[in-house]
Amino acid sequence: MVQNLQKLCSMMTEKIFLQIINSLRAEATEEVSLDSPEREPILSSEPSPAVTPVTPTTLIAPRIESKSLSAPVIFDRSREEIEEEANGDVFDIEIGVSDPEKVGDGMNAYMAYRVTTKTSLSMFSKSEFSVKRRFSDFLGLHSKLASKYLHVGYIVPPAPEKSIVGMTKVKVGKEDSSSTEFVEKRRAALERYLQRTVKHPTLLQDPDLRQFLESSELPRAVNTQALSGAGILRMVNKAADAVNKMTIKMNESDAWFEEKQQQFENLDQQLRKLHASVEALVCHRKELSANTAAFAKSAAMLGNSEDHTALSRALSQLAEVEEKIDQLHQEQAFADFYMFSELLSDYIRLIAAVKGVFDHRMKCWQKWEDAQITLLKKRETEAKMMVANKPDKIQQAKNEIREWEAKVQQGERDFEQISKTIRKEVGRFEKERVKDFKTVIIKYLESLVQTQQQLIKYWEAFLPEAKAIA
Amino acid sequence: MIFGFQTEFFQIELEEGLDDGPDFLSEEDRGLKAINVDLQSDAALQVDISDALSERDKVKFTVHTKSSLPNFKQNEFSVVRQHEEFIWLHDSFIENEDYAGYIIPPAPPRPDFDASREKLQKLGEGEGSMTKEEFTKMKQELEAEYLAIFKKTVAMHEVFLCRVAAHPILRKDLNFHVFLEYNQDLSVRGKNKKEKLEDFFKNMVKSADGVIVSGVKDVDDFFEHERTFLLEYHNRVKDASAKSDRMTRSHKSAADDYNRIGSSLYALGTQDSTDICKFFLKVSELFDKTRKIEARVSADEDLKLSDLLKYYLRESQAAKDLLYRRSRSLVDYENANKALDKARAKNKDVLQAETSQQLCCQKFEKISESAKQELIDFKTRRVAAFRKNLVELAELELKHAKGNLQLLQNCLAVLNGDT
Repeated sequence: MVQNLQKLCSMMTEKIFLQIINSLRAEATEEVSLDSPEREPILSSEPSPAVTPVTPTTLIAPRIESKSLSAPVIFDRSREEIEEEANGDVFDIEIGVSDPEKVGDGMNAYMAYRVTTKTSLSMFSKSEFSVKRRFSDFLGLHSKLASKYLHVGYIVPPAPEKSIVGMTKVKVGKEDSSSTEFVEKRRAALERYLQRTVKHPTLLQDPDLRQFLESSELPRAVNTQALSGAGILRMVNKAADAVNKMTIKMNESDAWFEEKQQQFENLDQQLRKLHASVEALVCHRKELSANTAAFAKSAAMLGNSEDHTALSRALSQLAEVEEKIDQLHQEQAFADFYMFSELLSDYIRLIAAVKGVFDHRMKCWQKWEDAQITLLKKRETEAKMMVANKPDKIQQAKNEIREWEAKVQQGERDFEQISKTIRKEVGRFEKERVKDFKTVIIKYLESLVQTQQQLIKYWEAFLPEAKAIA
Repeated sequence: MIFGFQTEFFQIELEEGLDDGPDFLSEEDRGLKAINVDLQSDAALQVDISDALSERDKVKFTVHTKSSLPNFKQNEFSVVRQHEEFIWLHDSFIENEDYAGYIIPPAPPRPDFDASREKLQKLGEGEGSMTKEEFTKMKQELEAEYLAIFKKTVAMHEVFLCRVAAHPILRKDLNFHVFLEYNQDLSVRGKNKKEKLEDFFKNMVKSADGVIVSGVKDVDDFFEHERTFLLEYHNRVKDASAKSDRMTRSHKSAADDYNRIGSSLYALGTQDSTDICKFFLKVSELFDKTRKIEARVSADEDLKLSDLLKYYLRESQAAKDLLYRRSRSLVDYENANKALDKARAKNKDVLQAETSQQLCCQKFEKISESAKQELIDFKTRRVAAFRKNLVELAELELKHAKGNLQLLQNCLAVLNGDT
């Protein structure tokens, strides 16, 4: 039954992804012929949005070979170049995570997952290929992407969470339903993680991502372990960040950012509340399934001891119906969880990433601000030196002033850059969020429809049996 | 029919019909016997509960009688009775030796609003901590729950009276007539501690005795079969009743979750800045509506399945009690026979022994005869009641599933049309 559930889950996620792909395809062609929505956020960062229509020539533009890119260079590519490529390529890439396999024994054991990529994008050497990856590889990928892109304002999708308890059970070799459930949950989460990451046009270009998808051998990412040196350093940094956040008092010149931050705060709270309710529903549905199964058995026993033949038969039929309904409840609980609940928890973590990006902007501002203050100090020093008439010190002061003027300019550029990037990213994120929620919720409602249709079938079959009691 | 509520917190007056109340008796049984169809007996005595009032810690039932029998002063009249008076009537039947050969209709369970009252109290205390909509929603939910329990307890008291009124012997009982007609308080107090303790010991003795008596093999095949059957049936009904209860309760919990999900979606819908807010509001509406249906499913399962099983748990116990009484009288008869033989052998107190043996014989035969009929009727009643309830259960489940399906499909059509 678990294998069926697995197949069901991967089928469902494939279906969801196909639908997303299809709608993206539809949108991509629309986008290019009219005003590209991808462009608008950039334009609207200026006070007066001047919408310049995009000529269809971008569609005809050849797919740019991006193999020459290496990680730091990507920031120097103009935004327009990135846009062109994104619009020129239809997002024709499909990722599947499947076949979890236990490798090794005891505490050193780990689960290996097959990552299959199907694509027509030219940046990949083949159109279909698969590799074996373990969980820490995914974490390593995320860590690399985060270190490159988060601090310049890109919303990098967060990786699935670690679970020491869950993994220990699997390692120890408990072949029970809870560990299979855990592996399935993780597999689905890894798949969603990769799908979200490749959907991001900038991240898709990243060589680390390509290496992750393509190369058969991947260097072990040891720094992802929670208790490694790097892990502890991460924790220390996180704490320091938290303290800093409290002490930075930013003069927000742009109301858009303040508004957005508040919106995301609200959204976060609401999603958490909804998530808690959906988790309760999953729990109760599982309970209902168990109780229905127990009742079915009990009704069968009652039917056996009933000495009126027709009633006895009807009671046995009732027991059968209830057993089938129990199956229905189980499947529904499965849908409740994998479609609804996991969607919500993914977005709760995504919003945390969004908040992180806003925080980086604040830090960037702080850096700029600090540079300005230092420049002021250097100018004061220069003035003092001039009064005290120390020619060599004056030269030093002038040098320092030049140095800090450059830093101030750089700080301002960085700040503007990150602000622009965030605006674009948030626009993209909101669009994705709307699409995601709509698609998944509709899929979920369709699962509810199926349940009701099955219920009708079962009870319609039972009714004549009940009426036949003479 | 008007139900009135009066609790510490809410005073509600609702008009409700008992049309979807539990119905453990088949239609035929209300005043009619399944086998002996006697139309006249229907008009002769009709009893129902026309009104009920729930006060702080007691429920007052208005028992309404329509009768053409000469025993009553009027043709139509009503009195107000409380639960203890129903119990008094039931106990008077149990204690009456003349009725030993009948299945005594099981007493209705005590009205228990404690759980519901506690929830209402908690809601009242927590009023400040939730939004106005949430509070109104929860209040409605709890009121509906209270009403459901109320309707159930009224129905169960009514069923008891109807069973008595339908029974050709019990309906003539004097206590029953007093119960129906005497419009003053019967001054029947609940049992005090001493009496409750006495009852407890009586029950213990009875069950010990029951074990001894049941060891005696019955010559009569019919009764032997019935005994084995009832024993097993009673246990299985008990199990099924408990499991059915748990199932309906889980169903209700899931329905309550829909409520919370609907509220959260509503909040999301009103606060979101993108065009998804319309989407959320529609889905929130869907969850609110579907929740009402799910709650009805749970309530109907409770009514048609759980309550049916609970009732037949009590009735099968009453049937077992009848068999016990018969076995008891059989043992007494056999003992009397032995005593007579001994007396004849010793030639001492023979007449006394003879009379006592005669009495025991008469008692045993009388019980056996009526018991046989009662058990046959029990089976007929049971089959009819199960049939009715299972058919109604299936019909209601279908109705609700179709309703749900319609709701979901409509919502999906709107959502897909918008996107």
